Amino acid sequence: MTLESLIILIYVLVLASYLGFELITKVPPTLHTPLMSGSNAISGITIVGALIATSELGFGTLSKWLGMIALILATINVVGGYAVTDRMLKMFKKK
Amino acid sequence: MTIAVQLAYLLASILFIVGIKLLGKTKDARRGNMLSAVGMLVAIVATLITLNILSFVEIFVCMLVGGAIGLYYAKKVEMTQIPEMVALFNGFGGLASLAVALSDHFLKTSVLSIEIDAVNSISIIASVLIGGVTFTGSIVAWLKLNGKVSGQPITFKGQHLLNLALLISFLVVSVFTFLYQGDPMYITILVVMALLVGILIVIPIGGADMPVVISLLNSYSGMAACATGFILNNNVLIVAGSLVGASGIILTQIMCKAMNRSLTNVLLGGFGQTVATGAADGPSIVIKEIGVEETAMLFDSVSSVIVVPGYGMAVAQAQHVIRELMEQCEKRGIDFKFAIHPVAGRMPGHMNVLLAEANISYDKLIEMEAINDEFANTDLVLIVGANDVVNPAARTNPQSPIFGMPILNADKAKTVIVSKRSMGKGYAGVENELFGYPNCLMLFGDAKQTITKVVSEMKEMG
Repeated sequence: MTLESLIILIYVLVLASYLGFELITKVPPTLHTPLMSGSNAISGITIVGALIATSELGFGTLSKWLGMIALILATINVVGGYAVTDRMLKMFKKK
Repeated sequence: MTIAVQLAYLLASILFIVGIKLLGKTKDARRGNMLSAVGMLVAIVATLITLNILSFVEIFVCMLVGGAIGLYYAKKVEMTQIPEMVALFNGFGGLASLAVALSDHFLKTSVLSIEIDAVNSISIIASVLIGGVTFTGSIVAWLKLNGKVSGQPITFKGQHLLNLALLISFLVVSVFTFLYQGDPMYITILVVMALLVGILIVIPIGGADMPVVISLLNSYSGMAACATGFILNNNVLIVAGSLVGASGIILTQIMCKAMNRSLTNVLLGGFGQTVATGAADGPSIVIKEIGVEETAMLFDSVSSVIVVPGYGMAVAQAQHVIRELMEQCEKRGIDFKFAIHPVAGRMPGHMNVLLAEANISYDKLIEMEAINDEFANTDLVLIVGANDVVNPAARTNPQSPIFGMPILNADKAKTVIVSKRSMGKGYAGVENELFGYPNCLMLFGDAKQTITKVVSEMKEMG
């Protein structure tokens, strides 16, 4: 990795973290549980890495198998996380 | 990688950000979650486009299996078990990041036989450490939450020293991993150590502190994704990962503040062990009991009611019958609200979900700061399954372990009824002096059964 691309990644990290702090402080306590399960689903973004790891090579390599394990786990994380968050938010009603 | 794919990743990042922003408003929250899910889909499809089409069979099989498990669990889970589910999923996310990091390490060392540079190596090691700790830490939290392992803190002599030693050895082995990349032994040792650290840092933390732990592990799972982003030189992972990392840290802070504890204090663990013995010597409390009929009559005569729900209410499954109580009161024109303490339930905001499930409108659920001044002008407070969060000792008794913790001013109301199974202590193991107050009445028995009786008495009164 070149120094330039590393600096860009660090830029993204710092700015996105700052944005995250700003956004999350505004979420009311009522919604903290859906926020957590929803952000839990977002952390499943590692699925992108899992896809890349799975696609390379043949079944003879350890890398491929690790990628497939990661892919299953990340998909559980993503699908389950979004589905349960939606299920919860559906219940929040105002009468 | 083509420009189109990069732009798709940018779009996904924007969707995550807008999604989280919408999650801040109750009426838009559901749409926010959908947008964030669309963002994830965009990121997945964009990645698939760049991949070797020959590998699509196994990719779809893995995603089908994972998707089916995730969907099944999400549909089946009880609302009381959401904390367990979040803990478990955090763990899966952590393990996935760890597996991706390892896969990349082995790809470069044993397949491509290329040198891993220092930055890349640090990213891989960070991903292994954070991912591993998130995985085993979450599994321990999950076991503690669902009662498979006792919620009691597990402490032993030299615990902190052992953790420190492990951390130092981790750093040393990390250097060897970088220097002798071809040898798989070193990275394997790192994995084992990371997994061990995860177990060791969560076992000393008691059940009452699990809301803090889940929030923190949530943050870690984001950071693990972030580290993976550095390995793959991929911005969308870093954006999404840091959003989650920030979210978890803020929730951790809120939880700590609500319990008046520092994060260090929670992490060092052992809370609730030493206090239990000390409290026994205190002056014994004289309590007054109230029966079901009197309770119903009292409800019939007042003009304002605040309910203070705790996790005990959900355990007794009393939330639905409390909604019926609310309906009876509203029929009589009684002002009826719920006071929600930030640590009511077992994760941030948990009580709101439990009450929403019982079909209680969310504008009835009032946060602590907003409702605390109202108690003094309230005729009747009903406390169901809550204890420490209404203990005036937090205000008055500097010796109490919960002293300084922000509490709901339930004791300031004209009359307080406490629905409680028996005279047991709260989660923190402390005596509640509120029960001895002159305006406090105890309604003993299973919350669901007693309140059901109160409701039917009220129905008879008409």
